[in-house]
Amino acid sequence: MHLSEEIERVQTKLKTLRHEAHRHDTWVTVEIARHKERPRTRDYIAHLIDGFEELKGDRLRADDPAIVGGLGWFRGRAVLVVGHQKGRTLDEQTLHNFGMARPEGYRKAQRLFALAERHRLPVLTFVDTPGAYPGVAAEEGGQARAIADTMLRMARLSVPVVATIIGEGGSGGALALAVADRVLMQENATYSVISPEGCAAILWRDADYAAQAAESLRPTASQLYDLGVIETVVREPRGGAQKDPEAAAEAVGAAITDALDELQQLDPEVRRRQRRERFRRLGAWADPEEGLPGAPFSPSRM
Amino acid sequence: MNVTVEIEHRATDPQRHDWVCRSCHTHSDLAAMRELLYVCPQCGYHARIGARERIRQLTDPGSFTELWSGVKTLDPLGFVDLQTYPERVLEAQGKTGLAEAIVTGTATIADTACVLAVMDFGFMGGSMGSVVGEKLWRSAELAAGEHLPLVAVCSSGGARMQEGILSLMQMAKTSCAVDLITDAGVQFIALLVDPCTGGVVASFATLADICIAEPGAQLYFSGPRVIQQTTREALPAGFGSAERNLELGHLDAVVPRADLRDKLGAYLRLLKGGEGPERGETRGPAGRGTGRLAEAALDRAQAVAAYARRALVRGDRESPDEAQDAPA
Repeated sequence: MHLSEEIERVQTKLKTLRHEAHRHDTWVTVEIARHKERPRTRDYIAHLIDGFEELKGDRLRADDPAIVGGLGWFRGRAVLVVGHQKGRTLDEQTLHNFGMARPEGYRKAQRLFALAERHRLPVLTFVDTPGAYPGVAAEEGGQARAIADTMLRMARLSVPVVATIIGEGGSGGALALAVADRVLMQENATYSVISPEGCAAILWRDADYAAQAAESLRPTASQLYDLGVIETVVREPRGGAQKDPEAAAEAVGAAITDALDELQQLDPEVRRRQRRERFRRLGAWADPEEGLPGAPFSPSRM
Repeated sequence: MNVTVEIEHRATDPQRHDWVCRSCHTHSDLAAMRELLYVCPQCGYHARIGARERIRQLTDPGSFTELWSGVKTLDPLGFVDLQTYPERVLEAQGKTGLAEAIVTGTATIADTACVLAVMDFGFMGGSMGSVVGEKLWRSAELAAGEHLPLVAVCSSGGARMQEGILSLMQMAKTSCAVDLITDAGVQFIALLVDPCTGGVVASFATLADICIAEPGAQLYFSGPRVIQQTTREALPAGFGSAERNLELGHLDAVVPRADLRDKLGAYLRLLKGGEGPERGETRGPAGRGTGRLAEAALDRAQAVAAYARRALVRGDRESPDEAQDAPA
């Protein structure tokens, strides 16, 4: 018997076992967040928005189907809705580029935000994307600035802004639609700086360590709530939103209503300043020179 | 992201007292390279330099006062990959002599007082974690409150993955910091140096009033590797280079290192508006560091720094008389 073969077999087994050991709840959540039957932005629009009128195009050169937007009535209130759209069937996914937006998509969002500002309409966003599209044309078309500008314009809105993470909140491409007064997140959605696979490829130098990376990144709703990154965890039907899309949408609708009710009582300038302060507080740092603690929490290990 | 690259002049063998160009492999005298600002005399290659060297090159001699150097990195996620996060931070601190991937303070540049923030790629790939975000916020807040321009030198591999979502949030935080300075109407200039990628180019760096880069700098949101892995597209020649970005309309100018201080000075004076030089006169950098203008700018920069220190200790946001009375 060849000893090298045996060693290889044992090593493979060890690797598998290690993965299993780390395959806790986090990876299950990652899988549910990416479930192909999971309700998409259009499903939430269908359930929650009456008289939806889709508005297309960035007014510059194109319409990016990876981001959909339009006007409609949310429980009696006229609102602007913008969200990433992934699609479910292969044809739909191809059409919507798997929810990966190009600069045109972010510029469409920007011009729709301007529309909402001009007509004093609250903004609801739905976040569901693996990330911004990493293509040559997207890069050279100004992807970086498009994302940055979308964030800045969201920060400057005087109308209430509520973002809901409904599936994958993938990096900057997701955050571009989530500079909001309140960020809501479904129980089985994820929100992360990088995909578990990407993180594993860089830090472990092996994409197979994705489950372990997911564990380290702490991308689940309850973990993000503890870090102060989101305001509300929205409950889902047992097993995930795909088991009962209608019930899932109702829960999202109720959470958005609560957020809007609160936000609409604030003076627009105060609301805008509070949104800025909300993001200013995010992070973990210590400052011995400062009298007050610099971070909202202090789980220091250094 | 987190690609640790030796700063060229640090990697050079100190025994031999020479410097080897990464691009054309020409040997040069290390002491002479300092005078040449670490730009290869043979091929013009702009070597990567650290934050301290950048400050030496850009600011008027002796004008820089560092602020917020004590802001400390935490490990909010208890992140462990092949190493723990605290281990990685300690290693980066040892390698660079810096506390974090950014150095902030006040200075004068070509006789104009400003708040200056300089990132260092040598510190964990210039990745943007909570400390980088917080120091950028404070820089913007001070610039807005004291009506001083903000100059940011940006160099980064992207997000600090070890801080997970909190790292991503720094993109939003620094964009909100730009909102702050937009409201105050103060000037904001970003200098993008090699490499400047990921979350930094997709947030504050590209939101500046004027956005310039050094020759040959690599600037992109998604890198060549990610693009090829995801789309298998062929990359055009010069993809991501400062020169190509200029052609595509993403930059205001590509400026050689030796011209940076004067160029920044010119932008700052123009954006400030008001009275300019006599017609036909191009107010040059002559007399830099001397004369009434230079003294006034230096006084102002130092007064603001002193105020920022006291305000931090006392938690006081009211501007003191000294800072208000100092010549603008």
